[in-house]
Amino acid sequence: MITLNINGQDHTLDVPGDMPLLWALRDVLGLTGTKFGCGIAQCGACTVRVDRQAVRSCILPVSAVGGRKVTTIEAIGETPEGKRIQQAWLEVEVVQCGYCQSGQIIAAATLMTHIPAPTDADIDAAMAGNICRCGTYVRIREAIRQAATGSKVAMQTISDAAGSLPDTSQGNRR
Amino acid sequence: MTARPSRRATLQAGGAFTLAFLLFRRSGKASANISPRPQPGDAAAAAADGHPAFAPNAFIRIDRTGPIRLVMPNAEMGQGIYTAEATLIAEELDVGLDQVVLEHAPPNKVLYATPLMGDQVTGGSASIRSNWRLLRETGALARRMLVGTAAQQWNVDPAACTVERGSVRHAASGRVASYGDLAEAAAQQPVPAKVMLKDPKDFRLIGKPLRRLDTPGKVDGTTQFGIDVRVPGMLIATAVTCPVIGGRVESVDAAAARAVPGVRDVVRLEDSVAVIGEHFWAAKTGADALYVTWAPGPNAEFSTQRMMAAMQEASETGKSVVARQVGNLSQNGKLIEAVYQLPMLAHAQMEPLNAVVHVRPDGCEIWTGTQVPTRVVTAATAITGLPNEKIILHNQYLGGGFGRRLETDSVELAIKIARQVPYPVKLVLTREHDIQHDIPRPAYYDRLTARVNSDGLPVAWTDRITGASVARRWAPASLRADGLDRDTTEGADEPPYNLPNLKVEWVPFDLPPALPVGWWRGVGETHNLFTVESFIDELAHAARKDAVKYRRALLQKNPRVLGVLNLAAGKFDWGAPLGPRIGRGVAVGSPFGSHVCAMVEVEVTPQGEVRIRRTVVAVDCGLVINPNTVESQIQGGLVFGWTAALYGQLTYEGGAAQQSNFNDYRMMRINETPPIEVHIVSSTADPGGLGEVGTAIAAPALVNAVFAATGVRLRKLPIDRTLLVQAEPRTKGDPR
Repeated sequence: MITLNINGQDHTLDVPGDMPLLWALRDVLGLTGTKFGCGIAQCGACTVRVDRQAVRSCILPVSAVGGRKVTTIEAIGETPEGKRIQQAWLEVEVVQCGYCQSGQIIAAATLMTHIPAPTDADIDAAMAGNICRCGTYVRIREAIRQAATGSKVAMQTISDAAGSLPDTSQGNRR
Repeated sequence: MTARPSRRATLQAGGAFTLAFLLFRRSGKASANISPRPQPGDAAAAAADGHPAFAPNAFIRIDRTGPIRLVMPNAEMGQGIYTAEATLIAEELDVGLDQVVLEHAPPNKVLYATPLMGDQVTGGSASIRSNWRLLRETGALARRMLVGTAAQQWNVDPAACTVERGSVRHAASGRVASYGDLAEAAAQQPVPAKVMLKDPKDFRLIGKPLRRLDTPGKVDGTTQFGIDVRVPGMLIATAVTCPVIGGRVESVDAAAARAVPGVRDVVRLEDSVAVIGEHFWAAKTGADALYVTWAPGPNAEFSTQRMMAAMQEASETGKSVVARQVGNLSQNGKLIEAVYQLPMLAHAQMEPLNAVVHVRPDGCEIWTGTQVPTRVVTAATAITGLPNEKIILHNQYLGGGFGRRLETDSVELAIKIARQVPYPVKLVLTREHDIQHDIPRPAYYDRLTARVNSDGLPVAWTDRITGASVARRWAPASLRADGLDRDTTEGADEPPYNLPNLKVEWVPFDLPPALPVGWWRGVGETHNLFTVESFIDELAHAARKDAVKYRRALLQKNPRVLGVLNLAAGKFDWGAPLGPRIGRGVAVGSPFGSHVCAMVEVEVTPQGEVRIRRTVVAVDCGLVINPNTVESQIQGGLVFGWTAALYGQLTYEGGAAQQSNFNDYRMMRINETPPIEVHIVSSTADPGGLGEVGTAIAAPALVNAVFAATGVRLRKLPIDRTLLVQAEPRTKGDPR
């Protein structure tokens, strides 16, 4: 029997000690917001927070978690950084297919915990372990900037004066 | 099969449709009127829909209370189609996007086919091009019936009624009724045969950068993808498949696998062995403990090296099918020629392949995210022997598709496993299985030639394309009468340039039947825009002309492409001075009915690493449904195309794929991604496709920039960094 503290609650599980945390979350506890992507800590889709660190849950055995507190996407919004990041994700419309985004959000929220005002280099360094196959990286960078600075990023450029379309091009350069 | 409409006429109408699928079209218009799609009348459909009070067509359900339910004909795999299709309906229905909830369409070719694809298929950047008018009509039709109902009840002129956010109002009498109030009576109204659509100046939703409807659930982790489905009594399986393509299981020793705690069953199939457990970890640990002897079969000698050599031979000696030939190729002028080679590619969608299947004696229920719901049903009937109506498919959100989920192989595997056990099974394949048993994008070997006049402009142009056909297997009915798979020459046979003397031909290349090849984001356009735009760049260089000015000279008869070229050049500041080993590249094209120009600035390090510094894209995609999505599709599409150019190649040795996971099948990451500006041309032309446009234009712009930075012309992808290492020796004290 292994006891894990997940999202503020203790759960006692009858699982093998070498089971990666990912599968305890997904297949035993039914917390499917954390995703399986590669199984070898190469893509970051499975990222969860363990205490104050972003951790790849696909290679972290449950026996190694110990008494540390695990926070998943289902509860990251209860932290101040997580809430700000999720809000920025909504406002910047980061998401496409969305499959990697739980991991991206956990990684970004954890970055904010350690570096509240990250530079672009900080962002790139902290987020380089999270693959997005849809290629939402430009907006991920924008959303983290927005969460850090609180100043809104303009969304869209519409060119050509002829238009019936709204022009919200100010400050579009990214 | 009706005749293919004139391609020129189609282009003028604003839609360069994906040729591979053009023959499926039954008429020249995407939707002439509403009537070709039957209304849902039968009791079973109404029950499945929760007996909606008002369901005037296959897409709209209005109940007495609660949100308006919209049924989405296409699959949402990140491209934003749910928001776009809901916007089209809501615009004409006059409801807010916050007043609707979306449902995945059930498999039903009659109700939910994408006309350009001839079936219920999400692909080919065809969804909006196919459905934009139809979905607007369905919304307008429902609105007219609801307004008509109110006017009848109030005994007023329908024209005197207005609609605001789903409430009908008659200003003179002050009467108001919600759509919910009117739903039951509206269901008794006759369905009008024709409706008027809004004037674009009255659009409230179309063209606005509206928020996506699927974002909140993807930000808080509540969105259910196929891999997240859990049904009562379900166990979890994973499988190992013979590493050699087409190989078989010879023998299995499953004793150690069965001894793994949590393992429940081991299922032997012809080419795979599955282990079923209480959770994925048990299944995976069990699969690792299997001792399987494989019979590799006839493909054990297959290798990429041999394949490319055979493709070269086919290119030089093989019999071709001419896709298009115009003018007179016997022109005087200097001959320039180049051979380009493109590798096989894996899809590597983030959500590994999976399906939940429950096979019972009297039916089969499937939960999976698919681009081809009706094909899943067909595959299930073939395996189980059950009739169509006994197969229930619940489509899900897709964690990326990119063409991989246009195939049903993984669902078929799940059904074969599930039919041997009495409980529901969720098959989750590993990333290694995903890469090694992909149905890859085929490789190509293309030879282009041009005769150029004294100004360096091409007076004759040929393109001889050699590669395997996807359509021969996937859509044989789409082949032209002479056998041409139009996908192989799409993007090459009608380049945007003024090329009056042109011949484009395809040499079919056969792969082992055990190695089927498949659609990959950007399809033929991604392949051919790379070769055409690389070669044009080579001609510009040979003519000692600026790459933008050279293209301009050839685009004088093509205002929309010229328009995006000029727009991008202005925004990018094309021509401003740059430092050493920094270069700019340009590419233009008209993929999927849109027109696009990408400009890329790269720096190539002395060690040969390519760093993309900035990018500007101009796109003319006709009527914009949602500029927010246009921008993100272009940005993401570029990253997808660059990833392939920088890293993508799936290679085989000894009949087996050599790559297996993201460590050796690399993806571009955030630290490699430059700022990407997207500029959208305002237009009222019919909408073009978008999901694959960025991907198709990415590689040529990048490779042309690398040439500008280094003078090295890369004719083979992925980029070989060893060719880009700085040649001259470093001087003493060089800070580099």
